[in-house]
Amino acid sequence: MADLHKLTIAELSEKLAVGECTSVEIVNDVLAAIDATDGKVGAYLTIDRSSALEQARAADAARAAGKKNPMLGIPVAIKDLLNVKGQSCTCASKILEGYVAPYDATVIAKLRAAGAVLLGRVNMDEFAMGSSTENSALGQTRNPWNLGHVPGGSSGGSAASVASDEAIASLGSDTGGSIRQPAAFCGCVGVKPTYGRVSRYGLTAFASSLDQIGPITKTVKDSAILLEAICGHDKLDSSSIEMDVPAFGKNLTGETSLVGMKLGLPKEYFVEGMDPEVEKAVRDAVAHCKSLGAEIVEVSLPNSKYAIAVYYIIATAEASANLARFDGIRYGLRVDGKDPIELYGKTRAAGFGSEVKRRIILGTYVLSSGYYDAYYLKAQKVRTLIRDDFTAAFKQCDAILAPVTPTAAYKLGEKTDDPLKMYLDDILTTPVNLAGNCALSLPCGFSSGGLPIGLQIIGDAFAEETILKVGHAYEQTTEWHTRKPEIS
Amino acid sequence: MKYEATIGLETHIMQKTNTKMFCACKYEYGAEPNTHVCPVCLGYPGALPVMNEKAIELCCKAGLLLGCEINPYSKWDRKNYFYPDMAKNYQITQADQPLCLGGQVAVEVDGEMKTFTLERIHQEENAAKNTHVAGASLVDYNRAGTALMEIVSNPCMHSAADALAYLTALKQIMEYGGISDCNPEKGQIRSDVNVSVRPVGQEKLGSKVEIKNMNSFAFIQQAIEYEIDRQIEVLESGGKVVQETRGFDSDRGETFSQRTKENAHDYRYFPEPDLMPVKISAEQIGQWRSELPELPVQRRERYVKELGLPEYDAGVLTADMATSDWFERVMVHTRNAKAVSNFIMGEMMRLLSEHGLSIAESKVTPEKLAEIIALIDAKTISTGAGKQVFEIIFNEGGDPKQIVEEKGMAQVSDDSALEGWADEAIASNPKPVEEYKAGNAASINFLMGQVMKASRGKANPGAVMQMLKQKLDG
Repeated sequence: MADLHKLTIAELSEKLAVGECTSVEIVNDVLAAIDATDGKVGAYLTIDRSSALEQARAADAARAAGKKNPMLGIPVAIKDLLNVKGQSCTCASKILEGYVAPYDATVIAKLRAAGAVLLGRVNMDEFAMGSSTENSALGQTRNPWNLGHVPGGSSGGSAASVASDEAIASLGSDTGGSIRQPAAFCGCVGVKPTYGRVSRYGLTAFASSLDQIGPITKTVKDSAILLEAICGHDKLDSSSIEMDVPAFGKNLTGETSLVGMKLGLPKEYFVEGMDPEVEKAVRDAVAHCKSLGAEIVEVSLPNSKYAIAVYYIIATAEASANLARFDGIRYGLRVDGKDPIELYGKTRAAGFGSEVKRRIILGTYVLSSGYYDAYYLKAQKVRTLIRDDFTAAFKQCDAILAPVTPTAAYKLGEKTDDPLKMYLDDILTTPVNLAGNCALSLPCGFSSGGLPIGLQIIGDAFAEETILKVGHAYEQTTEWHTRKPEIS
Repeated sequence: MKYEATIGLETHIMQKTNTKMFCACKYEYGAEPNTHVCPVCLGYPGALPVMNEKAIELCCKAGLLLGCEINPYSKWDRKNYFYPDMAKNYQITQADQPLCLGGQVAVEVDGEMKTFTLERIHQEENAAKNTHVAGASLVDYNRAGTALMEIVSNPCMHSAADALAYLTALKQIMEYGGISDCNPEKGQIRSDVNVSVRPVGQEKLGSKVEIKNMNSFAFIQQAIEYEIDRQIEVLESGGKVVQETRGFDSDRGETFSQRTKENAHDYRYFPEPDLMPVKISAEQIGQWRSELPELPVQRRERYVKELGLPEYDAGVLTADMATSDWFERVMVHTRNAKAVSNFIMGEMMRLLSEHGLSIAESKVTPEKLAEIIALIDAKTISTGAGKQVFEIIFNEGGDPKQIVEEKGMAQVSDDSALEGWADEAIASNPKPVEEYKAGNAASINFLMGQVMKASRGKANPGAVMQMLKQKLDG
């Protein structure tokens, strides 16, 4: 084994270009790594080995024929809520049992066009509802850094696969922190792109006005490369923006200076109950950025404290409608009844897990006649205030630094009995989804228990280049991202 | 006590778009079930709607034809309900910001001009078609997601006749405007009817009953009449009309209770996050306005004023668009509007109804009718011969001139031939001759008939008349 699975997209891309390795060799190494450790980590739900190898051979042949692309021949793990033609797409739910996607999500079509290898499907919280991947109906995923801890969620399988070198990179989705939080918990880099930057066509919707697909990778540079591959206007998604895609990958050249960059520190984001180790790691990272030449300014995001309340109204309202289609009539699980209404009831009772049910009920409630104004409408108004806060803040700075989560990864089962406690952990990530701008998460330290801690870099709408630049400079001058877990 | 009924209609009209409202699937009536479907109209996970711009244009043009105000900013909403005819279990529609506001339909009801006002027109997507068979229900998603607009009238009608006149006019305008074919059998025009009854003089409207989803205009009329009688009976017997949704049983000619207010749906409308709001500029509205076709009322007026047709003819010709368009196509080739009108109202309509055909299927094309009329106008054939030619072509096809030649139908205007027939008629019918000379002018018609008979219809009637008069008045 040449340990190709331990390398990054950028490193492998260079090796492939000069003929030092083939895509088939990479895929074989990654498959061997999965065989060695996934029994413990549990990142994958399904792996199609023969298809992966076939794609790898095709990529090698395309390269021999002159094709060039940084993603060519690179194996990517796909969160199990993206439609890949001919594959199941379970969303980690029993209700999609037997469903085979008849079409490719736009991001999948783009990856295929770039020549990437679709390796397999990774675990998640059911319908992306959760922060620990414990809400998966199909299996448990563990944190590679400590198998007794959660990998975060909802893209827990994505982060765990990348952290354990069971994938070179992965696609996740972020509705309230579902890329950034597991990336932080597993010591990976994750980007939540600006709303509208990446097409949502083919992403099984949780909350349509908040969902974005994004990369989870080993380095900032890799995130930039993968993000570039999946971005761009799509006429199949009316919310996707017509805008040129910057050369995110190429633009990161190893620059380590942050001179001339103003970085904001929101005074409200070091919340009560925050683990002092997390706070220290983030404050150290801020100091490090300052040492690279950045100017640190204090900013205020006063309405972010309402983000959890607003998020759990808007996201559940949208989800209550989005998940209505899972009814047992056209695809997936069906439990028969004497009439359609009974069939719906029995199918949905058997098919959805309790967290999904809780959110559907909550969302149905907030939209109900007589409650709409008090909940949904009010939440939309506060959402505008949260967005206005960011707009004001970005007049004072180029990017904002903040923690991703109040604590490092917690123990399996620690919060499953207290959904509200789990919801509160989203306090630092949901404001960005509500405002619609972009953010990334990257490793900035470790807890005394050896668990990774993440730094969040928040950018203005369509300012991905800025946050990638800051993250890249930080990464070039620190070594956190080079550490690997010992899976035992 | 005397009662007054109040009626409002919500009319769903399927627009003539090539593709569905939010996906690229074709709509084709009568296609093999579930052959025009895709992840979007089947409500598959991850599929997203994309707005059909042609549908927006047709909805706004319908609005302009009906005098609506076009909303410069309108938006989409989700209407949530579970039923197998709605793949996503929510319908994309427009709740509080529809495309068109206001508007009216002016129409004659029993000789009186009435104006029925509209509340709004909004755009939405159609449901799938459910068929219930023994022990099972079948769903055909071909219709799911097709473009559907809903024209909502104010509660401004007071009788079944009002509603029928309103619907007839609405259908006519939609057909003329190229908005919809409005074929009730194909479900392209369906109405929900709201009926309430109150004592005359009472300001507050009575409890509203909604009769759902009817396509046949005749059934709508029956349902309204039945419902008005039923509600009056309830009130007369001291009861209260229950606010509810009712269906119409066409076999029994009765309405029946489906759902009371207590069981009414809470549709939980909220803004559709997958679609952007629709913004329409004044320039766009101006462009659409300039493309609007002539409406039946305007055509009728033009036929009378410019073509000199009687009101009656103009009304018959414009009653449906296919006939009126056909008439227009003949008028490209002739100036004799009255002759065209006579042929259409006479021979054409008789033969079409005898053969159960539509005007589009007639073998007599507009060009051929124009030719027949030209032959009559040139006095090559008589009007009677023209009708024969028309019927021959209608049945067998063919070219008018060729038929006239082959069948020897050309009129004889030649004086020597006419003179022979005239002299013979006068000589062998002394009685009518005498009567004519005694002052009974009508008697000349008998002689005329004799000449026509002798000529086997080929004599030019004008010339015959002139010759007879000349000889008798001598």
